[in-house]
Amino acid sequence: MTLPSPWRADFPAFSAFDEDGITYLDTAATAQKPKAVLDAITAYYARGAANVHRAQHRPGERATQAYEAVRDKVGHWLGASSSKEIVFTRGTTEGLNLLAYGLEHHFKPGDEIAISALEHHANLLPWQQLAKRRDLKLVVLPLTPSGQVDLNSASELIGPCTRLVAISQLSNVLGTWQPLAELSRLAHDQDAWFVVDGAQGVVHGRHNPKDLGADFYVFSGHKLYAPEAIGILWGHADALAALAPWQFGGEMVRNADYQQAEFHAAPMGFEAGTPPVGAAIGLGAALDWLSAQDESSIFGHEQALCVKLQAGLAARDGVRVLGEPQIALASVVVDGIHVADLSHMLGEQGIAVRAGNHCAMPLFKRLGEAGSLRISLGLYSDSTDLERFFMALDNALELLR
Amino acid sequence: MTVLTAEAQTALDAFSSANGWEARSRLLLQWATRLPDVETRRDEDRVHGCESQVWVTHKQEGERHFFRAGSDSRILRGLLAVLLARANGLAREELAVLDIHDWLGQLGLERQLSASRGNGLRAVVERMRALAES
Repeated sequence: MTLPSPWRADFPAFSAFDEDGITYLDTAATAQKPKAVLDAITAYYARGAANVHRAQHRPGERATQAYEAVRDKVGHWLGASSSKEIVFTRGTTEGLNLLAYGLEHHFKPGDEIAISALEHHANLLPWQQLAKRRDLKLVVLPLTPSGQVDLNSASELIGPCTRLVAISQLSNVLGTWQPLAELSRLAHDQDAWFVVDGAQGVVHGRHNPKDLGADFYVFSGHKLYAPEAIGILWGHADALAALAPWQFGGEMVRNADYQQAEFHAAPMGFEAGTPPVGAAIGLGAALDWLSAQDESSIFGHEQALCVKLQAGLAARDGVRVLGEPQIALASVVVDGIHVADLSHMLGEQGIAVRAGNHCAMPLFKRLGEAGSLRISLGLYSDSTDLERFFMALDNALELLR
Repeated sequence: MTVLTAEAQTALDAFSSANGWEARSRLLLQWATRLPDVETRRDEDRVHGCESQVWVTHKQEGERHFFRAGSDSRILRGLLAVLLARANGLAREELAVLDIHDWLGQLGLERQLSASRGNGLRAVVERMRALAES
């Protein structure tokens, strides 16, 4: 059965890839951008760029309006109660670092932070380093064999000392959705903050962070078909009020003196310096474009592709999938073949997939694997991509065996 | 430009007659078996900056420097083999000016330097130079 993508034609990169003989299956690393996003960015700069929130001149007003309109769009996309819950960041990594610094003053020695064993370095290292600074205990929640946080262990490990639980919505290595509702309950029973890393999850389906039980939800634009250097931190109003400012500079300050200053509340108090206005406008255009598509068709297409990908992998001897992926991607290892060799052979054939530890080194140590090959899909992926991948994989396996 | 050693000339002859990625990859896999491997994989011989683990050791005979290298990746072993084919037996001054990009380019393997693994090969060359200096 062929699975064409009705959205692919909106992405100019695929014509370029066709010319270069490239099969792009690395969307979990970064997504291609629809033409509407490219046009919006060009139009913004072509009409005259200006800084936001500062100038009284017309271009400045226009830039500020466009920028704030994106905040409204993101709020609407996430089902936020108010646009004030939307903080612009440079990406997921910055959002998580913001939280680790912004919440730091609430922690005292002996407090615990719980993360899962599958976290990306971005949702591990900020907490690990916070734990070191404040003499906290970092608790790692183990996984089930299929690749979800083990709720039995979690219910024992999340306890009265737990002050914060930070979990990925969708694993960037295993492609598994995490049991957020249950984990949120466990966290909130202890009055702990519940932080959700939405970097991968936000791309597949529309999610309301409040419904997920999150206090904070972070994601990046570039995986959501928008440019790099723009990301979002959503916070529940009460949770945002608990944050202390972490980066200081222009426009986050209400009143400044040589020896002291007062700062704005969220969102402005967390947006020091000139923001990436063009990238934000690109994110707004990406959300407009996504909103105009049929959400359930996209979800159905992505799920059908994932099933096809897994069927193809299962049909090949010695190819082992890590965990039980539910959408978007699959990580594989081939017994007796080094992942770097596989990656070389696929790269030579124009297959753009990622090999290595996918910024989750501790997970690979725990799984006892040196690395994996990750095939990841977007809404523009189609069955032809998978056929080309499997043909290249068969060639690679033949050469290496 | 230093004169090619016999081993380097063999590599050049083999790779310049290989057409297409499959032939080149097969050759790399063959050359992987010719790599003078390290005797033991010691932590201090590990080169960081490689996606795959690489070990490099060194010995000097008179003015000439000789290296051994190991890796679990067969392709990387092949790349290390053609690198050592060019570098083994050179003097310190020759190693210092060895243009690794040019050498891999002559073999049709220049893409392997720009790939992320390439950063690893660069780190290997830097380690080799440092070993020859010490």
